Amino acid sequence: MIELSDFLILGALLFSLGVAGIFLNRKNVILLLMCIELILLAVNINFIGFSAYLEDLAGQIFVFFILTVAAAEAAIGLAIVVVLFRSRGDINVAALDAMRG
Amino acid sequence: MSFEMPQFSLALPEMWLLAATCGVLLVDLFSRDPQRTLTFYLTQFSLLVTAAIALGSHWGIAEITFSGHYVADSLSGVLKAAVALLAALALAYTRPYLRPRGLLQGEFYLLALFATQGMLVIASGGSLLSLYMGLELLSLSLYALVAYHRDSRQAAEAAMKYFVLGALASGILLYGMSMVYGATASLELARIAEVAAQTDDPLLLLFGMTFMLVGVAFKLGAAPFHAWVPDVYQGAPTPVTLFLSTAPKVAAVALFLRLLVDGLGPLHDQLQPMLLLLAVVSLLLGNLAAIVQTNFKRLLAYSAIAHAGFIMVGFSAGTDAGHAAALFYTIAYGIMAAAAFGLLTVLSRSGFEAEEIADLRGLNERHPVYAGVLLLVMVSMTGIPGTIGFYAKYLVLKSAVEAGLIPLAILAVVAAVIGAFYYLRVLKVAYFDRPAEGEQSAELPRPGASAAVRGVLLVNGAAVLVLGIFPERLIALCQAALGL
Repeated sequence: MIELSDFLILGALLFSLGVAGIFLNRKNVILLLMCIELILLAVNINFIGFSAYLEDLAGQIFVFFILTVAAAEAAIGLAIVVVLFRSRGDINVAALDAMRG
Repeated sequence: MSFEMPQFSLALPEMWLLAATCGVLLVDLFSRDPQRTLTFYLTQFSLLVTAAIALGSHWGIAEITFSGHYVADSLSGVLKAAVALLAALALAYTRPYLRPRGLLQGEFYLLALFATQGMLVIASGGSLLSLYMGLELLSLSLYALVAYHRDSRQAAEAAMKYFVLGALASGILLYGMSMVYGATASLELARIAEVAAQTDDPLLLLFGMTFMLVGVAFKLGAAPFHAWVPDVYQGAPTPVTLFLSTAPKVAAVALFLRLLVDGLGPLHDQLQPMLLLLAVVSLLLGNLAAIVQTNFKRLLAYSAIAHAGFIMVGFSAGTDAGHAAALFYTIAYGIMAAAAFGLLTVLSRSGFEAEEIADLRGLNERHPVYAGVLLLVMVSMTGIPGTIGFYAKYLVLKSAVEAGLIPLAILAVVAAVIGAFYYLRVLKVAYFDRPAEGEQSAELPRPGASAAVRGVLLVNGAAVLVLGIFPERLIALCQAALGL
C-alpha cells in the first residue's frame, strides 16, 4: 500500500529538484524548460495523491488541465527559445545579461 | 451526482469577448489593410462592450454557477470593467508605434484580447481550477506579447526571463493550490473558506497559503519576487510594457482578492506578517533602486515595484476598506502608467526609441503639451494632492492606520518621499535641461504619432487630473465592489 506521505515526499522532492535546477543551471535554456515541466509534474503527483486519499475526483480532473497547460507552456517556451536563438545565435543562460541595474 | 445546467447568462462578458475575439480573428485574416484599421476598431469595440456588459449586468447579489467554478458579484463586475477599459486604453496607443517597425499585425491585438479574456476569468474565478486557467491564459499571452518584436535581442531576452520566472511562479502557486486542496478536499473557494474558518490545525493550509502568496506576489511584481519586472519592462516593446503595466496589475489584485481573501480570508492573521514583509521590501527596494536608473522604462519598472508595495499595504490592513483602497490604487496606477508609457510611444518614431531619461531633455521647449502630461503623471505618481495618485495613497494609508499598522504607514510615507526625488528629477530633466548640441536637429521633427493617439494621450493626462479632483465616483465604485 502506498501511503499519502509517500506521494507527498516524492512530490516535494521533484518540486525541489525543479526549483533548484532553475536556479543552479547556468548553461542551457532547454534545461530550464525541463525543470519547469518537472515542477508541474510534481504538483500533479501531489494532486493525485490527495485525490486518491480524499476519494475526491476533482483533484484528478485538475491534473488533466495542468497537463494541457504544461503542453501549451512548453510550446510557448520553445517558441521563445527559437526567437532567442535567431537573435543571438546561442541559448546560453549566462549570456542573458544585456540588461542590468 | 446530477448534472446541473450552468447559468450561462452570468458569464456574458466572457462569452461576448470570446465571440468577439473569434470575429476579430476572422476579420483580420481577410484584411489586407496595412493599417489594420478594422481589426483595431473592432478590438476596441469588443473591449468597450465587455466593460459595458460587466458594469451593466448583475450588481449586488453574488451568484455562483458552473458547479462552483464561476462567481458573478459586484467585485467581478468592477474588476472586469476596469480590466477591459484599461486594456482598451493601453491598446489605443499602439498603432503609430507598431506600424513603422513592421509589427502592426492582427496577432498583437488578438494576443491582447486573449490576455484580457484570461483576466476576466480570474476576476470571476470561483475555484482554484478556474483561477489557474485564467492566470495561464493571461500569462501565456503575455509571454508571446513580450517576445513580439522578434528581431530585437532585448525583447527576446526579456521574454525568456519573463517566461522562466513566470512559469516558476505559476508552478509555485500550483504547488500551494495542491496543498490547499489536500487540506480542504475541495477546489471551490467558498468551501475552502468554510474549512479554513473551522479548522483547528491549519498547518497544511498555511503551507499552501504561503506558496500561493509567493505566486501572487510574483505576478504582481512585489519584492523580493520582482526579479523579472525591470528587465521585462525595459526589454519589451513600449506598447507591450504599456499593456503589461495596466490591466494585468488589476488581474493580479483580482487573483489576490479571490484566492487569499475569498478563499483563505479566515487565515488573515497568519497571512499578515508575510504581507507586511512584502510591503516593506517592495516600498524600500523599489524606491531606492529607481533613484539610480537612467533608462526611463526601467525607472518606471522600479516605480511599479514601489507601487506594488503600496498595494500590499492595503492588503495587509486586511479589512474591506483596505482591499477597496488597494483596488482603487491599482486602477489609479493603471491610468498613470498608461499615460507615462503612452508618452514614450508618442515620442518614439521610426528608428528612434524614446526610453532614456536623457531623451526627455528640453521636452518642454519642443512639446509643452507632452511636458504637461509628463508633469501631471510624475506629480500623480509622487502622490501630490490634486491628482489621482494622492487619493490612492491617502486611502491605502488610511486603511492601514485604521487597522493599527501605524509604523507601516509611516514607512510608506517615507518611501513616498524618497520616490518624490526621482519623479521630480525626471521633471527637472524635461523642463530645465537643454538637449546636447547636435542632438537638437535630430530631435526637431514632430513625433510620428497620429492626431488620434495624441488626443488619447491628452485625455489620459486629463483623466489623471480630473479623477484627482473628482475621485468620489471611482472610489465609491471600488468600495461598492467590496460590499462597503
